Amino acid sequence: MTASAKNKTLTIFDIHDMTVAYDRRPVLWNIDLTLRNPGLVAIVGPNGAGKSTMIRAAMGLVPMVSGAVSAWGSPIASQLARIGYVPQRGSVDWDFPISVFETVLMGTYGSLGWFRRPGRVQRDLTMQCLERVGMQDYAQRQIGQLSGGQQQRVFLARALAQQAELYFMDEPMAGVDAATERIVFELLQSLSEEGRTIVVVHHDLRTVPEYFDEVVLLNVRIVASGPVDTTFTSANLQATYGGRLSILDTMAEAVQKQKETE
Amino acid sequence: MFFSQTQIVLTGTLLLGIVAGMVGTFAVLRRRALAGDVVAHSALPGLCLAFLAFQSRSIIVLLSGALLSGLLGAVTVSLLKRFTRLRDDAVQGIVLSVFYGGGIALTRSIQNTHRNDPGADLESFIIGQAATMLKGDVLQIAAVAAVTATIVVMLFKELKLLSFDEQFCQVQGWSAMGLDILLMLLTAVTVVVGLPAVGVVLTAALLIIPPAAARFWSDRLSRMMMIACAIGGVSGVTGTLLSARYDGLPTGPLIVLTSTAIFVLSWIFAPHRGLLWRSREVTDLEMYLPWVESGDTVPPASGPHVSAQEVS
Repeated sequence: MTASAKNKTLTIFDIHDMTVAYDRRPVLWNIDLTLRNPGLVAIVGPNGAGKSTMIRAAMGLVPMVSGAVSAWGSPIASQLARIGYVPQRGSVDWDFPISVFETVLMGTYGSLGWFRRPGRVQRDLTMQCLERVGMQDYAQRQIGQLSGGQQQRVFLARALAQQAELYFMDEPMAGVDAATERIVFELLQSLSEEGRTIVVVHHDLRTVPEYFDEVVLLNVRIVASGPVDTTFTSANLQATYGGRLSILDTMAEAVQKQKETE
Repeated sequence: MFFSQTQIVLTGTLLLGIVAGMVGTFAVLRRRALAGDVVAHSALPGLCLAFLAFQSRSIIVLLSGALLSGLLGAVTVSLLKRFTRLRDDAVQGIVLSVFYGGGIALTRSIQNTHRNDPGADLESFIIGQAATMLKGDVLQIAAVAAVTATIVVMLFKELKLLSFDEQFCQVQGWSAMGLDILLMLLTAVTVVVGLPAVGVVLTAALLIIPPAAARFWSDRLSRMMMIACAIGGVSGVTGTLLSARYDGLPTGPLIVLTSTAIFVLSWIFAPHRGLLWRSREVTDLEMYLPWVESGDTVPPASGPHVSAQEVS
């Protein structure tokens, strides 16, 4: 069997029987999820559905009550060097005394290991990553002097500097301007074309069919998961959101229209 | 080599200020400023118990006891936080005052039972007594400073990452908990070697005030840390000289007052982040008023000054 054929039979990412609880209240229940194909994967669901918790638990940031998470067939803890992360923007102190450049440089720390300092290679890579998100002119700014969208792009550049094969991004489009949203989507698409897998916690249902290959509908349990074409249906959305959102009707129409045109 | 007592004390407080500024920078940035205070206050009962158990005033014995009970206080904080759902500040307040109360009671009872033993006066540890610092004490501080500086320089990248974004640190496969414990240990050891000079009540100020003042002067962690060390060192030396000049004034409080004076000056005069500079920025902002009133969604690209000219 050739290497590429072997890779195709491997799952990229797998969550088995994950349950997570805060104060004994389950926030995620019996999650089973397997990703086999590289591409863009959206995790959607109502507030409090456990979207962020799912990716954070998968990476070991939140303790699980039960379950196992693996990447490329091995326990995820042993594969962290191949995994990149974009946390929520609110998770750090933006007044921290650090420049944009230094922040993005942190993406290279994982490959450096203990004690070694970043050198020319890491600095060049950092600059390339900044250019890729259009932030090269801000390299020497303190991170607090950026707009929300710019801060988000810095986090993306830092993830790019990780040079990972599998990315987890927690609401990278939350509260950003239209220009940043476009840049982010173009970036995600080019990452996907490079054969990487990007799992995105996403809040904007309208953009799911347009940009994503697969979707995971989550509300404490996984309601449905699979290719957007077959999974992102009004019935599944109703089941996920409980039919409370008025947007669901418009969504259903949009999905219907898309089906008709196809 | 011979040193005068003042030179010994000066060296001690200088090194203490420097090392406290170094570990304090991480403590302040990680919003763990009070953790050092908890260690300092919790150290007192351990110090007393070590004295009672070994009947010795040897500084190593006392400080080992102090370090153990200081760390016990820190561990108690994290356990209480996990099992009571109380907030950080409440838990720290409880632990700090309970240990300190116990310590005060012990120092008194030791004093009562050892009336004829002048060495049993442990109350000097409450606000410290830098003037009686011995060469051995200074060597201890120097050793702690050397070890701490080496660790901080070698692990600067890792500690910076931990302080800025603990989750990202963990996701990259670093042991955030290990680094956290390491920082806690460095802080605890620094606090404890500072106890004889500055005392349990004021040691935490050495950790907090110089970095807080240094933050006004720089937007880079490495530079901020060097400035914090400098402010700590200068405060140590100035406080010591003042206390030597005005007989009877204790060194610890004077060090704290000096660093506070530097803090206030930094707060007022520092470029960009200081009060005076910021008040200038507010006047600059007024130049945006025409744009705000015009209701345009895009601010004038070329900055406030140009737009003000355009309006006039």
